[in-house]
Amino acid sequence: MCTCKTDNLSDIERTSELSLGPEIVEYIKTICEGPHKESQLISVLHKVQQKYGYLSMENINAVAYLLKIPAAKVSGVATFYNFFRLQQPGKFKINVCLGTACYVKGANLIADRFKQELGIDFGETSKDAMFTLEIARCLGTCGLAPVVTIGKEVFSQVTPDQVPVLLDKFRKQ
Amino acid sequence: MTHNIVQDSYEKLFQQAANEIKLREESSKIRIQVGSATCENAAGAREVYDEFNKHIEASGRQDIVLHQTGCTGRCSCEPVVSVQIAHQMPVKYELVNRELAHKIFSQHILGGQPVIEHIIDSKDGNLTKWEFMFCNSARCGRDLLPNFQEDLSNKLEQAGLTKGQYKVIPANCFGLCPQKAAGKAIYMMIRPSKTIYRITQIEHLDRIIREHILGGNEVKELEVKTKPMSQRFFNLYGDVSFFSRQTRIALRNNGLIDPEDIYEYITCDGFKALSVVLGKGNKEWIIEQVSKSKLRGRGGGGYPTAQKWEMVSKAAESTRYLICNADEGDPGAFMDRSMLEGDPFSVIEGMIICAYAISSNRGFVYIRAEYPMAIERIEKAVALCRQHGLLGKNILNSGFDFDLELRLGAGAFVCGEETALIHSIEGERGQPRPRPPYPAEKGLWDKPTVINNVETFANVPAIFLFSPEWFASLGTARSGGTKVFALAGKVRHTGLVEVPMGTTLREIVYNIGGGIAGGKKFKAIQTGGPAGGCIPEQYLDTIVDFDSLTALGSIMGSGGMIIMDEDDCMVDIAKFFLTFSQDESCGKCTPCREGTKRMLEIIERITAGDGIPEDIIKLERLGNLLRKTSLCGLGRAAPNPVLSTLKYFRDEYEAHVHEKRCPARKCTALSRYSIIPEKCVGCTACARNCPVFCISGTAKHAHVIDQSRCIKCGRCYQVCRFEAVSRT
Ligand SMILES: Cc1cc2nc3c(=O)[nH]c(=O)nc-3n(C[C@H](O)[C@H](O)[C@H](O)COP(=O)(O)O)c2cc1C
Ligand code: SF4
Ligand code: SF4
Ligand code: SF4
Ligand code: FES
Repeated sequence: MCTCKTDNLSDIERTSELSLGPEIVEYIKTICEGPHKESQLISVLHKVQQKYGYLSMENINAVAYLLKIPAAKVSGVATFYNFFRLQQPGKFKINVCLGTACYVKGANLIADRFKQELGIDFGETSKDAMFTLEIARCLGTCGLAPVVTIGKEVFSQVTPDQVPVLLDKFRKQ
Repeated sequence: MTHNIVQDSYEKLFQQAANEIKLREESSKIRIQVGSATCENAAGAREVYDEFNKHIEASGRQDIVLHQTGCTGRCSCEPVVSVQIAHQMPVKYELVNRELAHKIFSQHILGGQPVIEHIIDSKDGNLTKWEFMFCNSARCGRDLLPNFQEDLSNKLEQAGLTKGQYKVIPANCFGLCPQKAAGKAIYMMIRPSKTIYRITQIEHLDRIIREHILGGNEVKELEVKTKPMSQRFFNLYGDVSFFSRQTRIALRNNGLIDPEDIYEYITCDGFKALSVVLGKGNKEWIIEQVSKSKLRGRGGGGYPTAQKWEMVSKAAESTRYLICNADEGDPGAFMDRSMLEGDPFSVIEGMIICAYAISSNRGFVYIRAEYPMAIERIEKAVALCRQHGLLGKNILNSGFDFDLELRLGAGAFVCGEETALIHSIEGERGQPRPRPPYPAEKGLWDKPTVINNVETFANVPAIFLFSPEWFASLGTARSGGTKVFALAGKVRHTGLVEVPMGTTLREIVYNIGGGIAGGKKFKAIQTGGPAGGCIPEQYLDTIVDFDSLTALGSIMGSGGMIIMDEDDCMVDIAKFFLTFSQDESCGKCTPCREGTKRMLEIIERITAGDGIPEDIIKLERLGNLLRKTSLCGLGRAAPNPVLSTLKYFRDEYEAHVHEKRCPARKCTALSRYSIIPEKCVGCTACARNCPVFCISGTAKHAHVIDQSRCIKCGRCYQVCRFEAVSRT
């Protein structure tokens, strides 16, 4: 006899809620009461990423279930936007600004140096799970170009030679 | 009837704000103003703020206040701190750090001696006693008294003032001549007393010098009573040439008010325009005023704002939406961010006015997630507006309801495009769709929708405060007002520049930007970011407005302006922008998805030294194809950086392809470093600095580079003090 359950919705609901945590579940509930709930999908994903650092498959499914939007659509949106990460990031996020002003002042050399020192490309995380390397487009501090942010700290007028020093500093933290 | 109720509500609000400000008794206190914006904080403003805070507390002084503002847009000097003491000239310090903050506090604030060496632009080492700032814009009475600056200086010296004691500064429009009197008078502000005089004949100067400067009594008859929009700005920043040549309308409060304090905004005439508009209650009149002002969209396209509003206001459908486009995707621009961080209320006020004109009750601010501080500020501002009856039900008791929601972008440049943006607000993938129908017909959830840029909205209150005619008269025949540019790259002074439409590029680069840094030679201006083009030196006298820049093959764009010098390779710059567009192409239509990729491959080949002669022709052909056949503006404009550089700097492409040479020596694959044995003294500096250790040699003997391992980073070239490293 077939034992598949088709009425396990309450289980799914419970795992979904557990996976996202109470604040986000509460947030989704208030959204569902207002008009155009689908339109809040991106803001829900922002909240999830803010809390967990990235969007895991479980969380994407949970959001889909609670918002009553097909999971395919949620992951379609999550993959379209560069801001959303689908893999767990390293401890520190390195953003190398490749905006116009920084580029003109040699930011590509700094980007190359980071890649070389960490042995990874943009969008990847170093083996020791310490750093995720990302491109930023103008942090709005062009006057101090080239600019790099690591974690919450901002470094201006960076030279390629500072790169290993900076990395060491954060490795020790 | 409604007129009175709205007016009364506004007055009450104004009184509340004025009382609140008065309670703080700040006018008699010493004020230390520290910028607080993403850029200022990146430069270390927060530490400086904390440092001052600590000192104030430790000193126990009640008469010193610390004030935070948005950024003034003087990037290269940040963090900027200004010290304002009653009856004294405000003093602004640049590049302040913790030590300097300490010094400023002990030496200037407690000791009364400004730290001269660190004052912005005042390297000459003395502080003047008097400053005379006069409007030198074309509209003011320049023809009336053509030698104003000289005449005034002469008279001041005759009166016994010496050169170091005074400064006469030609400034830009104060925003004082909405009256029919334009051209009939020269306005002049005297600091530190902040008096503004209206001068129509040369004898007035004699009187001012006699009575005010020597006698210490202001000449009441000549004084202007109305407070011009720019008074606060010029009073605080007018002595710095970077600022005095600007006309600040959209940025009128940036760097002057605390962006988290609604009372400060209100006492600077905030929401007055809104009260006028709601009090009048005539929607057609509003649109007519905007039309007269010749305001055109600042998001890049330059579409007449009033036309957009009118279309929506006349739509058959009664549910209408309003969106503020704060996606600011141009990778070299930050004016929208700065406005949202420095003066969020004026954007909101502009939006409410628009909402009323088009009868919309629900509006959205679509803002990129990469701007956390701007998001925070606009959220706070919206909450404060709700608390004070400026958003929500029955705004200022006018019976009009309107509320705003924030929607965050998620890092997709194409979402700045209006139809993609609408999809993104709806919670979809942000891909554009064909237009027509335009959003004004079928926008958000298929309802008529107005989408305007941040700066467009920020200009709206000013039109109602100072008349549309005045706004129009600032600009060119077809485009009113000013434009804010984010000036960056190889100029001496980088930052936000707001100038009237019709200002020449030369004025911006040389007089405001201070020319090229480090004595290098100017090469090109890039405007419009990835959708724009490079403009060479021979067109520096072109005026900025939508039409003239398009005629040159570039665009006004949203306002990024990057200056490039002889060290920049135009092929490399084109590659940079194309890489960006290719990366950001949403992939919906083939010409853009495939075309940008192929173009990028070709240009990469050229910069790698593998270009073939047909490549140049192919680039041109593909570029024109993309322009014609792409679905949205991204694909259509993506070839602009390539096509414009091909037009003006074709020789550089040819040098790369035919001679395998990069004239600017930027493209590393085409450069070669070697050591000239006759010149090398064997100091070992290069060998110690080479990151891949490919330079060999012993001390005091000529060194050699192993070409097979050299990564062409250029370090050896930079560190050699004997010019022994050659770069070809
Ligand atoms: C690829 C692309 C990106 C755009 N990015 C922006 C942007 O970041 N900000 C903006 O205001 N307009 C942007 N626009 C223009 C908008 O589509 C729209 O024309 C504008 O928001 C209308 O406002 P305005 O009339 O006030 O200029 C972009 C257009 C395209 C094609
Ligand atoms: S032109 Fe480019 S960005 Fe625009 S719809 Fe086509 S593929 Fe997408
Ligand atoms: S260019 Fe760089 S890698 Fe090549 S020799 Fe000089 S320092 Fe070494
Ligand atoms: S730095 Fe110049 S002088 Fe010194 S060893 Fe290198 S090439 Fe020779
Ligand atoms: S381009 Fe890097 S901060 Fe603006």
